[in-house]
Amino acid sequence: MSWTAAADLAAAVCILLGAVLALLASIGVLRMPDLLSRMHAATKPQVLGTVLVMTGVALRLRDPGVVGLLALVVVLQMATTVVASHMVGRASFRSGQVRRDLLVVDELSDGPAHEEPRGAP
Amino acid sequence: MSPVMRTRRDGTVRPARHRAVQPLSVAWLLLVWLALWGDVTPFLIVGGVLCAVLVSVVFPLPPIDLGSRIHPLPLLGVVVRFAVDVVRASVQVAGVVLRRRPVRNAVVAVDLETESDFITTLVASMLSLIPGSVVVEVRRSTHTLYLHVLDTPDASAADAFRRTALDLEQRVLRALPPRAAEADRRAR
Repeated sequence: MSWTAAADLAAAVCILLGAVLALLASIGVLRMPDLLSRMHAATKPQVLGTVLVMTGVALRLRDPGVVGLLALVVVLQMATTVVASHMVGRASFRSGQVRRDLLVVDELSDGPAHEEPRGAP
Repeated sequence: MSPVMRTRRDGTVRPARHRAVQPLSVAWLLLVWLALWGDVTPFLIVGGVLCAVLVSVVFPLPPIDLGSRIHPLPLLGVVVRFAVDVVRASVQVAGVVLRRRPVRNAVVAVDLETESDFITTLVASMLSLIPGSVVVEVRRSTHTLYLHVLDTPDASAADAFRRTALDLEQRVLRALPPRAAEADRRAR
């Protein structure tokens, strides 16, 4: 087997795995009981899925010009998913959109009331 | 890395405008520019630097002070461990998604040791991508993170996760230890 055929095979495996992870992420968003649990499903398998699909595309195209672009996609995906999941989770918690019956421990609501000094978020 | 600061009359501290162009951010923007073009030619580099300077001047960013020295070898360890954890996170969430019994969660407070906003941000971002956690709330004054932890059957699992998070912070602190000058200023 030549190295191009091997790279194509690796690319196919990567893209397939990535697609499976994206599928699992969407099933998770559908099945999870509340928003915060859904954020787990929406962020983690989806990031790894993106990484795998981009790796697969890079292995298939084998063009150095494209690799930089694909790396950029992965970096921006990782940076933005974190912020997005935090903002959505924070908003949902503050507005009370949490299934408290599913929480074993809740140290944010049960902790002592805390006044932030001026200027702190 | 951080620009010159200027104290305004109302006491707020802002970066001085003429230092909006920072070499590191220009280098990063140039890298993005070249990645988007997918090619490296002298013409593209000159155009990229011009664009980066223009963007820095039009949208000046607040100052970023790393406040840390960089230890390359522990940093590599953090990156490798992080990559492994990202894979583990996906497998764990996939397992939770596919099984039948309902999931139990927890919101855990993690009181970080560090005093640095930069380390807090870094640890919070990394915790969002590794197994089990989404950051729900950050308390900047005490550097406390509140994490929503997936799949914690009881309180001991929540405690175990707190230890995982603090271990991660220790690894990051070993890779990016705060500068001595910083520690002195805090001690005074």
